[in-house]
Amino acid sequence: MQRVRVHFEKTEAMRYTGHLDLQRAWERLLRRAGLPIAYSQGYNQRPRIQLAAALPLGFTSQAEVVDFWLEEPHPLQELLPRLKTASPPGIRIRRVEEVPEGERRAPALQSLVRSAEYTITLLETVPDLPARVEALLSAESLPRTRRKKAYDLRPLVFSLQILPPDSEGRQRLHTHLSAREAATGRPEEVLSALGIAPHLARVHRTALHYQP
Amino acid sequence: MRWSAENIQTELEKILPLVQKPGRYTGGELNQVVKDWAAVRTHVVFVFPDVYDLGMSNLGMAVLYDQLNQRPDTWAERAFSPWPDMEAEMRRVGLPLYSLESKHALRDFDIIGFTLPYETLYTNALNTLDLGGIPLFSAERTAEHPLVIAGGHAVYNPEPIHAFFDAFVLGEGEEVVHEIVEAWQSWQQSGAPRRALLEALSRIWGVYVPAFYRPRYHEDGTVAGIERTWEGAPETVQKRIVAKLPPPPANLIVPYVDITHNRVPIEIMRGCTRGCRFCHAGMVNRPVRERPVDEVLTAIEQAIRSTGIEEIGLLSLSSSDYTHVLELVQRATERFAEQHINISLPSMRIESFSVDLMDALQSSRRSGFTLAPEAATERMRNIINKPVSTEQLLETARAIYSRGWHTIKLYFMIGHPSETLEDVQAIADLAKAVREEGRKIIGGRAKVHAGVSTFVPKPHTPFQWVPCDTLEQIRAKQDLLRREMRGKGLKLNWNDPRETMLEAWLSRGDRRLAQVVHGAWRRGAKFDAWHEHFRYGAWLEAFAEAGLEPAFYTHRERSIDEIFPWEHLSTTVRKRFLAQDYMWSQQQKTRLDCRHQCFACGILPTFRGLRMENPGDVWQCPEVKPRNARRGRQGLSLTVLTPAE
Repeated sequence: MQRVRVHFEKTEAMRYTGHLDLQRAWERLLRRAGLPIAYSQGYNQRPRIQLAAALPLGFTSQAEVVDFWLEEPHPLQELLPRLKTASPPGIRIRRVEEVPEGERRAPALQSLVRSAEYTITLLETVPDLPARVEALLSAESLPRTRRKKAYDLRPLVFSLQILPPDSEGRQRLHTHLSAREAATGRPEEVLSALGIAPHLARVHRTALHYQP
Repeated sequence: MRWSAENIQTELEKILPLVQKPGRYTGGELNQVVKDWAAVRTHVVFVFPDVYDLGMSNLGMAVLYDQLNQRPDTWAERAFSPWPDMEAEMRRVGLPLYSLESKHALRDFDIIGFTLPYETLYTNALNTLDLGGIPLFSAERTAEHPLVIAGGHAVYNPEPIHAFFDAFVLGEGEEVVHEIVEAWQSWQQSGAPRRALLEALSRIWGVYVPAFYRPRYHEDGTVAGIERTWEGAPETVQKRIVAKLPPPPANLIVPYVDITHNRVPIEIMRGCTRGCRFCHAGMVNRPVRERPVDEVLTAIEQAIRSTGIEEIGLLSLSSSDYTHVLELVQRATERFAEQHINISLPSMRIESFSVDLMDALQSSRRSGFTLAPEAATERMRNIINKPVSTEQLLETARAIYSRGWHTIKLYFMIGHPSETLEDVQAIADLAKAVREEGRKIIGGRAKVHAGVSTFVPKPHTPFQWVPCDTLEQIRAKQDLLRREMRGKGLKLNWNDPRETMLEAWLSRGDRRLAQVVHGAWRRGAKFDAWHEHFRYGAWLEAFAEAGLEPAFYTHRERSIDEIFPWEHLSTTVRKRFLAQDYMWSQQQKTRLDCRHQCFACGILPTFRGLRMENPGDVWQCPEVKPRNARRGRQGLSLTVLTPAE
């Protein structure tokens, strides 16, 4: 069995595809590519496909990662073109690598993610943006509630800065947020804390950082 | 304001984060067809007026999309009804309904083609036109507006919606869509008034232009006669068929989101030879035509390569009747099982051979095994012409439980003609008897799920004369079932009887119902097929406003010589044949599978020529030998009858 890791971009209409639907999109991609996906054993056989750090609906990303297992090993230089040909609109393959599996099985991808970086483009102008960013960064704590649970957003925000505007003159932000299990900073929460309606911003994930 | 494709795209980005399942509204899926808007001569948009999830599961629309997009001069796109949350956002910002491929507003198209497989889509069709900024009434549309047409099973009697469509397609669309596009192109080139387009359309086999017909009514509300308002229109519009099924579409669109049926549908056979008397599909889809096994296998292979979708549905009205079904199942399993493809085969006959087939498919046993006896007593099954003995049903049930299934789903209908409460009680008894067989084999794990819907008499069937049960009758029967179907391992599903009423009014409705459909829509009726959106009150108010009595359409037994509102529309199965079959049903007289004996329903005499051109297994009707051929060599000029004659 071969464990393959693919780095890919999620763009266009694929950004409205949720985590489970993306999982299925990968299963179909691999079947179109004619690759022998490994399946879990047992009563309810599932394809062995793992996606790292779920991306909220509507966000685009250039830093998505998926691991899957193949029944028979395939050379990487052969895999790349086959995956590219079978990709649907909205999935762009960047790079393929093999994950060596030693005596002990390598941990699930999800548990290795530590933090993520995002670029945020504002669809409507916010005149006092610098002051709002300043206020957020200087706050001791940012108490927020998500799914009825209170938490502090401030320690999850590693950085937040204003970027030069894009080619159409729209304001942009960059932020680096914690992405550990049970300690995940969310871009839409940062936007809310800035007093900006999340649906009036375009969020793009630029990097995922893993446990070294 | 006029919305350009770019404006629509920009606005969408702001509203999509606010709605559920935005992947329904983006387009851009794998295998969608994209062409250059400016370079294409004719723009068509197919509309399925229900939510994307259902519309994308509809094979009919996919077939037509594939057909028209093979033409370099035409671009066929898709549109669906936005779910109410999306509709609210669209109306808030004034965004018109748009096509998924190019994001053009519906009114920018040349032809809008609706798919209407069931009657409860009528209000959604109006809502779609309204969201598209198109006048609802055909008479209000000018040469500036798109041509609005509709096809599908619900338009074999389109009279309740005649006022909203310029034309209807009766029957199969694979060939006629091309002729419609070509008629539109010639008309556009000619610069003639819109009426010339309608005249040209009415000359195409299978196309019905309602503006050229006018019914007269008796004082009691029944139809006295149907006159043509233009003599050039055919007296009777004959349904269209394709003599030989073309290969199924291979490059199906792969949705980004979960839809109702996550499968590649492949039609293996069209039509059914069984002749169940309640069944609209069985009557209107004659003759039976099959696709060869090799063609189906090739289609599966192509579908896997182009879509990667994990399930293939081999569709027909009666899988077990497909001549080479065992060969198909064996070869398909052999070839595709290793790729973790699930192959499904719906509509199995009640016999142990069906269990062998399902076994061979190695299909999932979790979802249960479905059988559709439709009625619980042999008397009633003879009346509806689905003659299966109770013993055969129980024997099949034993085979199912002993081969590893724990659940049997049984489909029944209440409301069949002459049904008594004893017949309804028999449904509960039969469900328990089936469970009992299961208990003997697998003990307490044996389950029976009974789905009991209510029969709605359909036009063009032997039961088109019979009254539909009243609300009170249906409720009494459902109460009885709910009382009797308690206990471990039993589950009962039923329909809201008010929803049944709506379907019944519309199925056999006349032109006066157009006012009711419009009135209900104005009162907010839409998504009538969705329990949570159905508004019975809006419909009753609309009936009252139009001065019409709902019971006239449902609870009246029609006299055998009554002229029906759809009298000028022919499925080719003759009224005389249907009337005889109706009378046979009253004597509990059954008709055999017509593969074994032709009952001259009307198909073969009418389509004699087509049958001659397509000999052998392609059709299941008896072969027709050229008359002259028998006389020897001379005079081999065949008389090929076309429906126009």
